[in-house]
Amino acid sequence: MNEGSKKTIKTLCFAVIGMFTFSFALVPLYNVFCEVTGLNGKIELRATNNKNIESENGRDISIQFVSHNNEEMPWAFKPTEDNIKVTTGKYHTATFYVKNTTNKRMVAQAIPSVAPSNAAAHLKKLECFCFEQQELAPGEEALLPVKLIFDNELPSSINSVVLSYTIFDVTEYKDVELTNNHNEMDHANGHDMESSL
Amino acid sequence: MSAVIESHGHDDHHHGPAKGLTRWLYTTNHKDIGTLYLWFSFAMFLIGGAMAMVIRAELFQPGMQIVEPEFYNQMLTLHGLIMVFGAVMPAFVGLANWLVPMMVGAPDMALPRMNNLSFWILPFAFFILLSSLLMEGGAPNFGWTFYAPLSTTYAPPSVTFFIFSVHIMGASSIMGSINVIVTIMNMRAPGMTLMKMPLFVWSWLITAYLLIAVMPVLAGAVTMMLMDIHFGTSFFNAAGGGDPVLFQHIFWFFGHPEVYIMILPAFGITSHIIETFSRKQLFGYASMVWAMASIAILSFVVWAHHMFTVGLPLAAELFFMWATMLIAVPTGVKVFNWVTTMFKGSITYETPMLFAIAFVVLFTIGGFSGLMLAITPADFQYHDTYFVVAHFHYVLVPGSIFSIMAAVYYWIPKWTGNMYDERLGKLHFWLSFIGVNVTFFPQHWIGLAGMPRRIPDYALQFADWNMISSVGAFLFGASQILFLFIVIKTVMGGKKATPEVWEGSRGLEWTVESPAPYHTFTTPPKVS
Repeated sequence: MNEGSKKTIKTLCFAVIGMFTFSFALVPLYNVFCEVTGLNGKIELRATNNKNIESENGRDISIQFVSHNNEEMPWAFKPTEDNIKVTTGKYHTATFYVKNTTNKRMVAQAIPSVAPSNAAAHLKKLECFCFEQQELAPGEEALLPVKLIFDNELPSSINSVVLSYTIFDVTEYKDVELTNNHNEMDHANGHDMESSL
Repeated sequence: MSAVIESHGHDDHHHGPAKGLTRWLYTTNHKDIGTLYLWFSFAMFLIGGAMAMVIRAELFQPGMQIVEPEFYNQMLTLHGLIMVFGAVMPAFVGLANWLVPMMVGAPDMALPRMNNLSFWILPFAFFILLSSLLMEGGAPNFGWTFYAPLSTTYAPPSVTFFIFSVHIMGASSIMGSINVIVTIMNMRAPGMTLMKMPLFVWSWLITAYLLIAVMPVLAGAVTMMLMDIHFGTSFFNAAGGGDPVLFQHIFWFFGHPEVYIMILPAFGITSHIIETFSRKQLFGYASMVWAMASIAILSFVVWAHHMFTVGLPLAAELFFMWATMLIAVPTGVKVFNWVTTMFKGSITYETPMLFAIAFVVLFTIGGFSGLMLAITPADFQYHDTYFVVAHFHYVLVPGSIFSIMAAVYYWIPKWTGNMYDERLGKLHFWLSFIGVNVTFFPQHWIGLAGMPRRIPDYALQFADWNMISSVGAFLFGASQILFLFIVIKTVMGGKKATPEVWEGSRGLEWTVESPAPYHTFTTPPKVS
């Protein structure tokens, strides 16, 4: 075999290894891409660092809340109000009702999503039940708060935003931290929001 | 391995093949391995075809008639996987093995032992895949695109065997393409510059680069599935912070180049056949090369047109729509060149030419329905209907498969030394041509009318066209038995072929005797 062939083979083997690595690199690239652009309706699963982002001269928009149960998740889970009117630049608090309908102790994790997806970058949350896992005893129920604000830069074409939460059964994965919400969260002390701000 | 190139110096006596079964097991001869690939692909074509017959038999009438819905899902999954990875791809690799060394004037492939390995792992891959039919929970039932979480959370236990077999198929394809590229880049006869290479060689060079780029991504995707299923990761599981849509992005980043992997060699084959039987030089050789290269490059930036309905942002939908439509330009150049080659040619209609002309016409129909599907708002209506099924069967059956059949008729006199039976060949063509159109053309209509794909039952208004479609499928299926008969008959005997075989044939492979000797071009030919 001549030198040329050996060189070609070496280059091609590197290309194969490189593309295999690239397929795994697509996972973080995809997450970063979605986070930066707000595409896919992905929201950061952490509280905003800036408490003082309230501003005047907002406009009125409406928020519709949607709740889903993932797969076989048996809990009752629904928004207290399906639809609220809010003003951009002002904080609003909404609540979700949740009940463990089983006779087992279970842990749940809610994952949010925003439609239209270009609203995601303008949504900031000071507090959200989706920042931590929820553990409920059999039959226990709770009202879970979310304190949110849309900034004034929300594109003017958007007058109505759908905020959807899907609740997952993560009893098996209890205390396994999600990929991007662990930076400032203290799970043992999750309700003390001040600690994370 | 270096002996391959230097052997003619010391070892001048031309020995023939070894005797018995071990000839095929141990062979490192590119012609033997090409033959193995072609027969393997034929066997897979018949198995995958039998599964298609089960599907069409079930859809012959509305209501559940013959099989359970679970088994129907397994049939359509295995049909897709076997036809893509077992029939079309190995057939093209087999043709590359037979033809690329002879066309570039090389004595063999660059890496003959790896060539043997890349073939012989394939039967094991498909044995593993097919054996899952007998496993508890049945064979994979999530469609050939194996979208997560259908293929992870909700998959039958046999999915692990499926993953392993895909890994083996990928390894085989990667080794095969390394072999093809090294052969083409380093072993061409003196004087054969890149732009003098036959178009089939060009088409395979580009295809091999595509395979090198995307088969590792497929391996990555199934590896992530494996880890999600067995090692507690959450690549595609939203509950653990993953994203099922990410699976579709990764899959189609592989999947779209993959569909061009299955058509580019067909472009090469068609160019040779149309040139020969038009008795004219091919029109626009350089533009053919550039068109194939641009199609290959564009194939990396159009993947999301398979997922318009997952909720992409408007900017992405517009980008992928326009990028997809851009592919029509180089494809149009190719069709224009084929038609112009035929224009004012002294055309005769032997069987390979019939298949090649049918390829141009029917592949173009598949291309047009592809353009319709590329229109994002229209795709919201067409998505997951039989219109999509009609589209990709038009580009794959009268596209890829017809070109493979054309290639077999065109080169079989060179392989066996015998002419095939022209009368039977033409009969096979017309039965296949009618069968394929009766099967797939009505599926455009029932698809536009809203019949969803991958469902074993359908609403009553689709009954008539489904019955016609099934009749066409049985005709097409049965006519492939005739094809098998014709091939065996030609191997056994027939009118002896001359070295050039066809009146207007061009290229190095027609300068050697028919059948081609076991070793060709041990001394490189001179190309002017």
